[in-house]
Amino acid sequence: MTSQTSTVSVPLPAAKAVRKSFSSPLASVFVVVVTVLWTIPTFGLLATSLRRQQDVADSGWWNVFTHPELVLSNYHTVLFEGGFGVSGGLMPYLVNSLAISVPATVFPLVLASMAAYALAWVRFRGSDTLFFVIFALQVVPLQMALIPLLQLFSGGAHLGGVTIVPSFDLSGTYLPVWLAHTMFALPLAIFLLHNFISQLPRDLMEAAVVDGASHFRIFRSIVLPLCAPALASFAIFQFLWVWNDLLVALTFAGGTPDVAPMTVRLAQLSGSFGGRWELLTAGAFLSIIIPLIVFFSLQRYFVRGLLAGSVKG
Amino acid sequence: MRMLLAGTQLADSAWNDAAIKLGNSLGAIAGFLGILLVVFFVAGRATGRLGRPTAIAVLLGPAVLLLLVGLVAPLIRTLYLSFRNDDSTRFLGGRNYGWALTTDSIHQVLLNTLLWLLVAPLAATGLGLALALAVERMKWQALYKSLVFMPMAVSLVGASIIWKFVYESREAGQPQIGLLSELVGRLGWKHPPNWILDHPLNDFLLMAVMVWVQTGFAMVVLSAAIKAIPDEVTEAARLDGASGLRLFWYVTVPMIRTTLVVVLTTVMIVTLKAFDIVRTMTGGNFGTQVLANEMYSQSFVQFNVGRGSALAVILFLAVLPLVAYNIVQLRKERTTR
Repeated sequence: MTSQTSTVSVPLPAAKAVRKSFSSPLASVFVVVVTVLWTIPTFGLLATSLRRQQDVADSGWWNVFTHPELVLSNYHTVLFEGGFGVSGGLMPYLVNSLAISVPATVFPLVLASMAAYALAWVRFRGSDTLFFVIFALQVVPLQMALIPLLQLFSGGAHLGGVTIVPSFDLSGTYLPVWLAHTMFALPLAIFLLHNFISQLPRDLMEAAVVDGASHFRIFRSIVLPLCAPALASFAIFQFLWVWNDLLVALTFAGGTPDVAPMTVRLAQLSGSFGGRWELLTAGAFLSIIIPLIVFFSLQRYFVRGLLAGSVKG
Repeated sequence: MRMLLAGTQLADSAWNDAAIKLGNSLGAIAGFLGILLVVFFVAGRATGRLGRPTAIAVLLGPAVLLLLVGLVAPLIRTLYLSFRNDDSTRFLGGRNYGWALTTDSIHQVLLNTLLWLLVAPLAATGLGLALALAVERMKWQALYKSLVFMPMAVSLVGASIIWKFVYESREAGQPQIGLLSELVGRLGWKHPPNWILDHPLNDFLLMAVMVWVQTGFAMVVLSAAIKAIPDEVTEAARLDGASGLRLFWYVTVPMIRTTLVVVLTTVMIVTLKAFDIVRTMTGGNFGTQVLANEMYSQSFVQFNVGRGSALAVILFLAVLPLVAYNIVQLRKERTTR
């Protein structure tokens, strides 16, 4: 069905010829079917979260097309009242998600850009080796660091009876979660920003040095402004990574409404209760709405950050 | 029945709580940046011979310190802990590893992990490649791509809840509220199993969530790679008489082979380390447990630090060659550009 078109008169631009062979009606049907399949589950979630309790219990969400009776009360219930047989709603957890994600994005971004600048432009003996070691640290999976880091945060560090780091009582604060996210983000962040910062024009940097600017001044008034696109890409990627993370939050924040983010709470609720789908779907939709807004409004940056950061551990 | 007034009060206190927490976060950011500015100002006054060393120490110091404390030291300590007992008081030699490789329940876990590692990445990459090729000449292709890519932005916990609802199953005869039960019912399968409880079917249903999330990623990356194939290459092949599937198999696939492998290994890494899906959907019950979740349970539910660490090391060894391959590719790409 495809070879005929390619033998007719003017040859198609070659790359298109390959695509052409896949652009049969069958291929289009395939794409549409997959897209619909991919979208329906999320739509079902949204539809269910807007239906009354009785409707959800008695009939499938696809009945909204024939009986469109939608309410927002589920959202009020899950946010402020609880309604899972537990007191307290999801509001504190939603706030925690935001209160964790923003600093856990800013801290590694700033520290990594400083380090990347030093490695690229304040060269010293061993700076290449150091860069390579940091780069290679990407192979360490989160799981390898969890237990020792948790022990450090809760009990301090001791070596042969000598206290190196005293134990601080950090429970009930965001600090362990921020610190853990910052530490785990650094290898990738330094690598990506180093790639960008080392490409800045040499003339510009040398002119600034000749003018007597200190490295700190160069960093603040030349490097940071010129790196804005790379910083934005990484910031979006890191924000979504932290917002969507379960492992770090579960380990370092515990399950209390004081610190735990949405993902931790939803994982608990999903396991512990049955039947109240109108509430669980509303909660789940609340947790995915911010990533979806970020995704649809900043898709290009998101894709760039994601492609660069896909090996993150 | 909760009265409206009580509801309003709850809402009020929730907003107060929110204001305090967000205030703390913003305060922490402001404090962090403020300290940096002061340090920069002070360190910037060091000139002459002291200038460079000061700059290096201030700019690089915090990151290096955090990496040492947060990754390097824990890496060594986890290795050390994996040779010791549950509360790290006795040396056990390789017994934790022996336990991991010989216990029946852990056999099941390793088998499941292997199954995940083979099925989910291959399915996601294959489907992504097919979509990348098929969508290319369609109208509205940006729309299709965004919608298929969208699950990537959602947390695995969110994705798990979305799919748990799809798999919701009730007794035959009752109105079904899960999409899958309803669909197979309409197609005439009156007594399907209870999806999530039925082993080994549930393994594949859980993998479907991972495929749902990762297919869009594979599609976007492969689509970019296909667009980057030089026209001359396919042109030459076509003059030699290749077309359609042959052109695809003998020209397109070899040209994007590196990207294909990188996508595959990337999805494999995510699959190996992801514990969110199993944890949210089954909690590791009904024969669905995988390595990453077992590691978490051993460490933080059973509090057996030795076994948890041994499982973490096994996970590390499994991920190591995949990540190493990927970052070498990434570095090659940077240097050739």
